This record gives sequence, structure tokens and C-alpha cells, in this order.
Amino acid sequence: MIKNNREVAIKIDEVSKDFNLPHELNNNLKQRLLHPLKRTSTEKQHALKDVSFEIKKGDFFGIVGRNGSGKSTLLKIIAEIYAPTKGNVTVNGSLTPFIELGVGFNPELTGKENVFLNGAMLGFSKKEMASMYDEIVDFAELEKFMDQKLKNYSSGMQVRLAFSVAIRAKSDILLLDEVLAVGDINFQKKCFDYFRELKREEKTVVFVTHSMYQVKEYCTQALLIDDGKVVLTKDVDDTLDKYLQIMNPKEKNTEKLTKVKTKKKAFKVEDKNITVTESEISLDFKLSGKINRNINFAVGIKDNAMQAALKYNSVLAKHTGYKAVGSNEVNIEIKFMNILVGGTYSVDLSMLDEKSNSIASFEDIASFHIKNSKSNSGNLYGISSIKVT
Amino acid sequence: MIEARALSSNLFSKRNKALLRELVKTEFKLRYQNSVLGYAWSLLKPLGLFGVLYIVFTKIFRFGDAIPHFPVYLLLGIILWTFFLEATAGALMSIVARGDLIRKISFPKYIIVISGTISALINLLLSLSVVLIFAIFNGVDFGPQALLAPFLVLELYLFALGVGLILSALYVNFRDLSHIWDVVMQAAFYAVPIIYPLQFVIDASEIAAKIVMLNPIAQIVQDLRFSLVTESAKRTSDVVQLPFSLAPYLIVLVTVTVGAVYFRKKSNFFAEQI
Repeated sequence: MIKNNREVAIKIDEVSKDFNLPHELNNNLKQRLLHPLKRTSTEKQHALKDVSFEIKKGDFFGIVGRNGSGKSTLLKIIAEIYAPTKGNVTVNGSLTPFIELGVGFNPELTGKENVFLNGAMLGFSKKEMASMYDEIVDFAELEKFMDQKLKNYSSGMQVRLAFSVAIRAKSDILLLDEVLAVGDINFQKKCFDYFRELKREEKTVVFVTHSMYQVKEYCTQALLIDDGKVVLTKDVDDTLDKYLQIMNPKEKNTEKLTKVKTKKKAFKVEDKNITVTESEISLDFKLSGKINRNINFAVGIKDNAMQAALKYNSVLAKHTGYKAVGSNEVNIEIKFMNILVGGTYSVDLSMLDEKSNSIASFEDIASFHIKNSKSNSGNLYGISSIKVT
Repeated sequence: MIEARALSSNLFSKRNKALLRELVKTEFKLRYQNSVLGYAWSLLKPLGLFGVLYIVFTKIFRFGDAIPHFPVYLLLGIILWTFFLEATAGALMSIVARGDLIRKISFPKYIIVISGTISALINLLLSLSVVLIFAIFNGVDFGPQALLAPFLVLELYLFALGVGLILSALYVNFRDLSHIWDVVMQAAFYAVPIIYPLQFVIDASEIAAKIVMLNPIAQIVQDLRFSLVTESAKRTSDVVQLPFSLAPYLIVLVTVTVGAVYFRKKSNFFAEQI
């Protein structure tokens, strides 16, 4: 992956950035006169601490890190929006910062006027913009709307227009800050196509994101930043693993049952077992309790943002044939297809009545970790087999 | 990097020219948006003002009976003052108002101040064309001194730009400035011989007249009146002797230099301070 003979595109040399945050905004005359000494009461926030790294020409370079770790500050320093407090940034080649799409867009101007304004911000002359104008409108699919004011556009239309202008930028180096976080599926597909094209053309791209999936898919190198310091600059897999560790410091104890909230004592968990393979996630639960009706249950797998990634509910799925009446033990074996991206997941289990009301619920009954992310979008439910005895 | 910075700080680079043009265009479009008469207001406003001044100062307060073509003389002064007020008050707010751009993209910040002052300058030139039309109707004879006018307009523009650069950079950290500047400009309006002839001041106190005429705005207004309306307009050189009569030019030069240096130094930190 690392070819040392390639030219350096961006060199960050011991860069530090401090922000002076005033405790109280005393930037008016009255407060300065009344409290002449108070104006020094600022707090230094060290957003970046001695950051050094190099980005080679042709790298698709991902920057990951938690919220507030300094990712965006770093990107803004590369884009020359912020001046570093200490250190040097050397950029070798022309650079387009679309930190954000549609910079300078004005809602009171028409779509056409905004295209020219935004183009000027990205460094195009009027003549260049005029020659590209038809292509831009075509790509955005907004022919009928170009003479309307931007304020009458939907947010999706605005993003489409901005993106269509932005991708005309033909610089050597592009800076992207989670521009993919917006838009519908069609628009995202266009973005991904554009990313692939950048990669094929071997452009140098610096990409700040939260999405490990996107880093994995596009980046050739990745940097992990935490608390203003570079933790790791390596190939993508190692960096992402380290990122996961930082995000979930308790991950080593994943198999430990952390807390079981039992709503009613109708059931008790006797045993549980989780097996994760490349293709499947198998969950086995053994519960005991007084069983006087058909078994209904729900299983949910949440990612670390508490978003349901996979779920199954026997009532909603109309799988009401699980009979275990008379027994005082129930075994649930459920297998999901492994369509999950890398991350830490936890499992909730609920026993339900026929109307999907919970009889007993076990939150975070177990958790597991998936290292390698894969894309697989075939099966919506993601269930490969269910067996209840 | 050094090369790239040098390129991007050149006003006449391809990118900066395009950016300046688009910003000026945007400002003009937005100013007259949704008004029925649109750009015509740039001409109608000075026309209306002229009507008011004509009635007030030739029928009610007869300040200017001693001065030939007094309505035109007065209108010219008011229009120059209006330009200076519009350019500096607009510049003061401009950097903060464009905070959204500054936080998102790197470009030479002075383009914002220049685009605002150029919009004001375009308005001034439109207004001046109205003044010239009235001057012709009023029977003003243009002598060779009229050729000085473009240089005086340029001097006024540079002074407004220098003041604008200082104000806009200061305003980022010091938000009381907009109110202070309002008051300063109100006071200055009466400290400059715009609605009264300079002769009034000379009659009251020679010293006061000398001090008044060291102000570059007073010098420019009087010189332009001399150049375009009447040779009886009193100029700086009529009230103060030679080394001192250069003071207004020196003030303009110092203001522009200080403005450019101070703005450049502060502009590196606009993105984080706005």
C-alpha cells in the first residue's frame, strides 16, 4: 500500500491549534470600562496538539475520530480557513475545499445566479462557468427550476445543485467533510460514483467522516485522531480497529452480561449463546418460566448508537405457531444473516403476548463485536432461520 | 504553499476577479430586488434629494446666495458624503455579515470589503451622472479643471476603503463600533462644509476653517466643487499654507496603509472569531 517514492501532496508538520474561548462575552464598551481587567478571562482550548503526518499524491485519505476530537479543525487548517497556532502546513498542488456544499448560496437569488456565484467561490471564471453551465444543470436534473429563486427549492434540490457545481472542480487535492451525510438514495449513489471516479483518477482526497463503512469502502489510508492528537496513521483496517476500541472502551467484556432488567418474573434466562460467523449471527437463548400460552417474542440487535440494526418480532411477522404450552422451559434459536458493518452490537430480548405486549424483557442481554464490515443488501429481514422448541 | 498564497492574494488573479465580480453583482441584485423600478432607484434617489434641497436651500434657508449654481454645489456635496457614509458603514458590517463564507472557504477576505465599497462606488458614479445633467441645465461651464474630477473620486474611494478595512476588522471583536460609528458620522456631517458654504466658517474663525479643511473629505468635496461646479469654491490651499495643505493626502495615504496592514494581520483569525 505504501509506496515511498510517491510525491507528498500535503505535509502537516507539528501543527497545534489553540482557540481562545472567552468565558463571558465582554466585547462591548460598557463591560470593558466596568471590568478593565476581566477581559483576559479566556480559556485556551487545545484543539490540536503537535499533529504531524503526510498525505501522498493519489491517496484517498480518511480522517476518523469522535465528535470534538479535532477532525474538522484539522481539515479547516489544511483548507487555510484557520491559521495554525504553531507548525506548518505544506500543500503541493491546487486544492479545492468543499468543506460544505453550496458555499455562498443565497436564497434570494435564482438557481442560475447561485451556480455562477458558487462557481466563483470554487475558483472558476465566468467564461468557464458559462461553458459548463448546461452540464451542471443536466447533472442536477433541475432544468425547469433554474430561473426560480433558491428559497423555493426543496433542500434536496439545493444539495443536488450544489453537488453538481462542486464536482466540476478539477483540483489536484479535494477536501471532503461528510458531504455524503445528506440526500436521498439516488443522490448518494451519484456521490459514490463520483468517489469511485476520484479514486480511479488517483486524485488526492482528504475525507473526514464518522462512517467506518465509507472509510473502508474508499480510503487507502486512514488517520485516527483523538483529543487533538494523532493516535494512528496506518492502513484502513488497523485504524478502524483502534477507532472501535476508543469508541467502546469496555469492549473486552463483551460476553459479560451487563445488566438484565426483568420487568416481570414470568421468565428467567437460564443460558445464552452467541456465535458470529462471516455469514451468520446465531443467538441461542434458554429461558425458564411458567408457559401457559403460545410463545411470542421479539429480538433486537442495536448498534452502538442504539439504532436497531436487525430485529424480529414473531407477532408482527405473524409467526404465531410457536407452541410450548405445558413445558416450563423454552429454547429460542434465531439466526440472522450477517449483514452488519463493523462495530459493537447489543441484543435485547422480549417475551410477548399475542398483542405484542411485553411480558418479560431483557435489555442488553448480550453483546458482540464485528470486526470486518461487508456490504450486503439482499435480505431485508436478515433472518436465515428460526427454530423454537 | 508560499507560491499558492501569493497567487491567491493577488486581486487580479483569475479567481479573485471572478469572485469580486460575482459578489458585486449579488449585492446589486439583492439591493433592488422585488422593487418595481429596480435599478432606476439608483438615479431616482439623488433626483428626489435634489428636489428637496433645491426647495429648502434656495427658497427657505438662503445660505448659498453668494455661490453660483448653489443647488448643484449642494447636491454634489451631499452625494459625496452619502457615498462615504454608505461605503464605510457597509464595510464595517461586511466581514461579520459574511461569516458564513469565511468559516467555510478560504479566500482573500479583503475581497468582501472591496466588493462592498465598489457597489457604493457604482452608486456614486450613477449619482454623479445626475449631478452632471443638472450642472448642464444650470448653465455650469466646465473648464479644464474638470479633468481633475476622476482623481478626486479615486482619492475619496481610497480613503473610504482604508477606513472600511480598519472598521470591518475592528468590528469582529468590538461590536459597539457600529453605534459609535453612527454617532461619529452624524457629527462629521456637520464638521464638513456640505450644507453650509465654507465662507461661514472662515467668517466665524479662521483657525476652525483651517482645521476643517485638513479633513480629507472636506478637501475632496471642495476640490470637486471647484472642479465641476464653480471656481469660487474655497479649497484647502486657499485657507492653509503649503506643507499643511498636503495633510489631507497624507491622511488618506496613512489610512489606506494602516488599514491594509491591520486588516491583513487580523484576517487570519476572522474564521474563528466571528
